Amino acid sequence: MKALPIASVGPVMRKEFRQIRRDTRSLIFMIFLPAFLLLMFGFALNFDVKHVPLAVVDQDGSRASRELIEKFGTTEYFDLKAAVERPGDIDGLMARERIKAALIIPETFSEDLLAGRSPSVQFLLDGANAMSGTTAAGYAAAILQSYSQRITLEAMDRRGLGGATLPLKTEVRVWYNPELRSARFLVPGLMAFILMVVLTTSTAFSIVREKERGTMEQINVSPLRPAALIIGKIVPYVLISIASAHLVLALGWVLFGVAVKGSYLLLLLTMVLFLVSGLGQGILISAITRTQQVSFLIAMLITILPTFILSGFVFPIRNMPAVIQAISYLIPAKYFLIALRAIILKGAGLAAFWDQVLMLTGFGVLTLALSVALLRRRGEDGSRRRRRAP
Amino acid sequence: MKAILSILWKEFVQLRRDPKLFPVIFISPILQLLLLGYAANLDVKNIPSVICDMDRSASSRALLDDFINSGYFSVEARVEGMDEIDRYLDHGDAAMAFVVPRGFGDKIAARRKASIMIIADGSESQSAMIGVNYGTMIAARTTQRIIFEAFERAKGLGLKPVLVNAEVRVWYNPELKSRNFMVPGVLGLILMIMTTVLASLGIVREREAGTMEQLIVTPIRPYQLIVGKLLPFVLIGLVDATFVISVARGWFGIPVRGSVALLYGLCLAFMLNTLGTGLFISTISRTQQQAMLTSLFFILPQILLSGFVFPIENMPRFFQYVTAIIPIRYFFVIIRGIMLKGAGLSELWDKALALIVLGTVILALSVARFRKKLD
Repeated sequence: MKALPIASVGPVMRKEFRQIRRDTRSLIFMIFLPAFLLLMFGFALNFDVKHVPLAVVDQDGSRASRELIEKFGTTEYFDLKAAVERPGDIDGLMARERIKAALIIPETFSEDLLAGRSPSVQFLLDGANAMSGTTAAGYAAAILQSYSQRITLEAMDRRGLGGATLPLKTEVRVWYNPELRSARFLVPGLMAFILMVVLTTSTAFSIVREKERGTMEQINVSPLRPAALIIGKIVPYVLISIASAHLVLALGWVLFGVAVKGSYLLLLLTMVLFLVSGLGQGILISAITRTQQVSFLIAMLITILPTFILSGFVFPIRNMPAVIQAISYLIPAKYFLIALRAIILKGAGLAAFWDQVLMLTGFGVLTLALSVALLRRRGEDGSRRRRRAP
Repeated sequence: MKAILSILWKEFVQLRRDPKLFPVIFISPILQLLLLGYAANLDVKNIPSVICDMDRSASSRALLDDFINSGYFSVEARVEGMDEIDRYLDHGDAAMAFVVPRGFGDKIAARRKASIMIIADGSESQSAMIGVNYGTMIAARTTQRIIFEAFERAKGLGLKPVLVNAEVRVWYNPELKSRNFMVPGVLGLILMIMTTVLASLGIVREREAGTMEQLIVTPIRPYQLIVGKLLPFVLIGLVDATFVISVARGWFGIPVRGSVALLYGLCLAFMLNTLGTGLFISTISRTQQQAMLTSLFFILPQILLSGFVFPIENMPRFFQYVTAIIPIRYFFVIIRGIMLKGAGLSELWDKALALIVLGTVILALSVARFRKKLD
């Protein structure tokens, strides 16, 4: 007679808690590592492309060329790192990554300007990092544009053709994040990323450790059902990770001013679903592997880079090819991140992200159900083998 | 030497015992590479946008056409009033909105200052910033057009507008493809994750299983044990490096402009660091779970502070100093230098030196700690 699953969850949970308590460092890491990482990254990282190190080659040496260089130097986008004599000197600086861009002003620059011809300057760019390269090229174009406009307007002014004002004003408003503070993009993204990695790694050992130590056989011969085993194993981790996720939220609020704009209950709901998905993914990995070594490797490889790339944290998903977009549906952090941004930054209600909540639920249920099915099959294999043996 | 070989043999036998290990070690780098090569794309195009033209004049249409025809934005909806924009942005159906207020055309005609508004969804990482940059750039171009039209009208005065042309030349990556930057980076990330994790677990596993004691009572010397334990991971690392480099070249067409031998040599130098870190983690961990969570503590900060996605020059001064002791930071410059820029040792010697010095120090400290634990 097998015990009822519900009744046997309790003892499994107690055993897990006892085992977790025994390893103080792992417990501390599980609770505090996400908060620590957020603290560090929140301060260190930002998406701005500013202070691009720039070298200038001023072959003209006129007042006008100095003025243009000053225009580049006084913006926060470029930092003047070097002034070199010959364009040839740029090669070495660029290869060693001392500079990322260079401005070359030709000899004829001021002459052309005086004669009313349109002069050319060269702007060299280290394109290796396409992201900051594109942005830096944009800044350079904007600086040159405003410089030309000023010169043109000055010329118009001298001829008495209307005031020296620009005819068009562009007002930029950024919603949900008016000062475009990096922390507001970053904190939700980092939360999803860090939690995902730590969650999956926390449970990736759970079943495989029992296999490696041989205690799985004992569990198999006990009246414990696989479902009860999985539930009993995951509940303590859900509780621990709720604590660590709240720590992360509190830190985001206190240090980075990212307050929760929407409903806290909604946040808690999606958070728990996400935590279960992440932990369930770890359990599933541990159910299919035979050694902890492999299960940890898998956990790291499927969380670190894929979550980073496919969750929409850094790279916009809508730009990806269709196949990759399809793969991104396997990344639970993606759903969580969309919901998190909607709740925290936009204060939106369930109507704006109910589909994400549904997908998260599906993911969590699927990983746990698959783990249970795998364990059940293993268990039956085992008992069949035992029966065949004399 | 014989002792080392026998340890080496034992390690390989043990590694082979889990049939899933080799697929994970050798196939996952390729999968990661393909994923990253196709997904890492920041070239923002067709940002879903809402257009709100309250003026409905010829000049407002001309301006909005400038935005629409730029290719950066795709029009999701045209709305009548500001309040309708809310819904689109709240639900994430649009990321930007362009608003032309009433009276815009009249002001332009009267040569008075007219204004437009660009609204961006600031919650979505970078696309907002990139979109705003594009938007203001296009608006600036329109400004220029309006000035030029004023000049046209005043042609009789013999004035010509001045325009400073920028000849932009992009080195190393002329098409500015994110892929060319990210894919070489995978080489560093894979090497780091694989070798650190394997090394940190390899020794803890012996301790957990109780076989460490057995190894200690054999006549094997500690240094032989360490070399025999770490060498398989060096080989795995080199094979992975080969896979990554061949896929990057063969599939994505990313060149290796510099010396391949130098690249491999510096991969080895980099592995001094990662294996040293792994060994260190294994000396301070009792269980594999502990070792794993401790590796995360070492690996994640290294990845995000390495300049892989987030440029180091944008970090606060303090963190820029912190990155000085992150080996993968130097390795990234080296990989990019050799692959994309065709750089050689004369340009990269300082980075290579940093890798070797850091690696030697880390490995020496870990070995010392490890030997003390054995005694």
